[in-house]
Amino acid sequence: MSLDHATVRRIATLARIRVEEDDIPRLQAELNGILGWIEQLNEVNVEGVEPLTGAAHMALKMREDVVTDGGYPEKVLANAPDRAGPFFAVPKVVE
Amino acid sequence: MLTDLTIAQARDGLRARTFSAEELTLAHLYAIEALNPRLNAYITVNHAAAMDQARAADAALARGEARSLTGIPLAIKDLFCTEGVRTTAGSRILGPFVPPYESTVTANLLRDGAIFLGKTNMDEFAMGSSNMTSAYGPVENPWKRRQDANAVLVPGGSSGGSAAAVAARLAMGGTGTDTGGSIRQPASFCGIVGAKPTYGRCSRWGVVAFASSLDHPGPFARTVRDTAILLGSMAGHDPKDSTSADVPVPDFAAACARGVMGLRIGVPREYRVDGMPAEIEAVWQQGVAWLRDAGAEIADVSLPHTKYGLPTYYIVAPAEASSNLARYDGVRFGLRADGADLRDLYERTRAAGFGAEVQRRILIGTYVLSAGYYDAYYLRAQKVRALILRDFTEAFASVDALLTPTAPSAAFAQGEKMDDPVQMYLNDLFTVPADLAGVPAMSVPAGLDANGLPLGLQVIGKPFDEATVFAVGAALERAAGFDALPAIRAGL
Repeated sequence: MSLDHATVRRIATLARIRVEEDDIPRLQAELNGILGWIEQLNEVNVEGVEPLTGAAHMALKMREDVVTDGGYPEKVLANAPDRAGPFFAVPKVVE
Repeated sequence: MLTDLTIAQARDGLRARTFSAEELTLAHLYAIEALNPRLNAYITVNHAAAMDQARAADAALARGEARSLTGIPLAIKDLFCTEGVRTTAGSRILGPFVPPYESTVTANLLRDGAIFLGKTNMDEFAMGSSNMTSAYGPVENPWKRRQDANAVLVPGGSSGGSAAAVAARLAMGGTGTDTGGSIRQPASFCGIVGAKPTYGRCSRWGVVAFASSLDHPGPFARTVRDTAILLGSMAGHDPKDSTSADVPVPDFAAACARGVMGLRIGVPREYRVDGMPAEIEAVWQQGVAWLRDAGAEIADVSLPHTKYGLPTYYIVAPAEASSNLARYDGVRFGLRADGADLRDLYERTRAAGFGAEVQRRILIGTYVLSAGYYDAYYLRAQKVRALILRDFTEAFASVDALLTPTAPSAAFAQGEKMDDPVQMYLNDLFTVPADLAGVPAMSVPAGLDANGLPLGLQVIGKPFDEATVFAVGAALERAAGFDALPAIRAGL
């Protein structure tokens, strides 16, 4: 599978990364180089193999469904690029 | 020179009051002041905080309350969140970020009395094998080629700053993270020891996430025993990380003295790849001979899916990264680039904040997870990952540990392997499988190439059997007697 110009543009939009029109051919070549190399996985017979989601050699633990953290809005907001009182501020979303 | 001591020696000296933690810390801060402008191993240096910690360590020593790392100066990879100390992940997007909390691993080290000299440089979001993708500039490897002493070599990556700092004696040990080889490959390139424990052994809480099912925090030091001492402090169950293993932490340092008598060591034939330098093959054979001479039994084993490790990794890791890095949106923390509306703000922030390699991986990850391609790429990769784990499980039915080279080359020069992303990815050929399988592994310096550059050997063990990995690593270290020193180091 080879990515065309429109697909690169679509992926960049999905990923919320602004890509200038001039950069698309370079990205297209790089991404196709990587995907072409990855295609070798098609040689592997994976018939009947269960997918492995992680490397943990144990079952995940359950925990009580209770609040264990929080109650410090100033710490949470301390790194905010912009804030309005106890809120994160962003450009107007609703007209 | 205080900066030449091992952690074990420094502990003895501190407890005997031969020198103080303040003197030991100052010696390292002076070394950083002298050499960091050139090496660029540290992004942030904590002079004042380190000296405060040193005075507290001296007070604890005076009271006879020394813990395992009281007074030991360390380098912390800038991926570990440190309360009140800027944490960048090597990225512009986290340039202004000061965490209001401490990662579990660094909290464990502080609990045990360690001193943090500063935060070390790294490939952006731990994506790279050369430290060239850092937004804070490349790191210089303190080793030099004999034939071409002017060439500036890379320290490996992604934990290149910690590895260079420990090699050049700008710290006694350090932390790293290993997602595809990011501790072991720089350890090999810088002639030091680096260990990646079993997945779940060290908490990921407070470590900036790259690929959550693959990220392994671990230690660097100049000896196997020092590395074991650090891991003993870093490891342990953490309820704040759901994948943290609730199992006892054995005495890794004690395991270093165990020897390899009667152990069965597997030599995987698939790690003998075309185009591997003859010197690396020679060091590997030397390692086999050392372990045989020390009483181990050597067995040929097969890990048939080894060659599929890297392409599997380059689906799974970018997929997880594209999801983890979605949080960098310019709203709650980090860099913001203004935009016409919220979506424009997101897109401009991420374009300005992420470097080229990070953007590439987010795009690959977004693609392989997108509707219509998920089964062909992501699901298939997860199945091949299961086969890679099965290879290890089957091999470990008949052997106690595996011995391989750590990397397919010695350190290369800045600018090399930069034209084609896949050429850079091939660096992690021998390290990626242990990350995919979550099994413990370490790199031990074993010899030099013709240019005088260090070459590491890798020991891979069974899940939660780091103790055997340390026993084998220490046996290699004793046999190798590796005493070569980097050209650039403190005290010259």
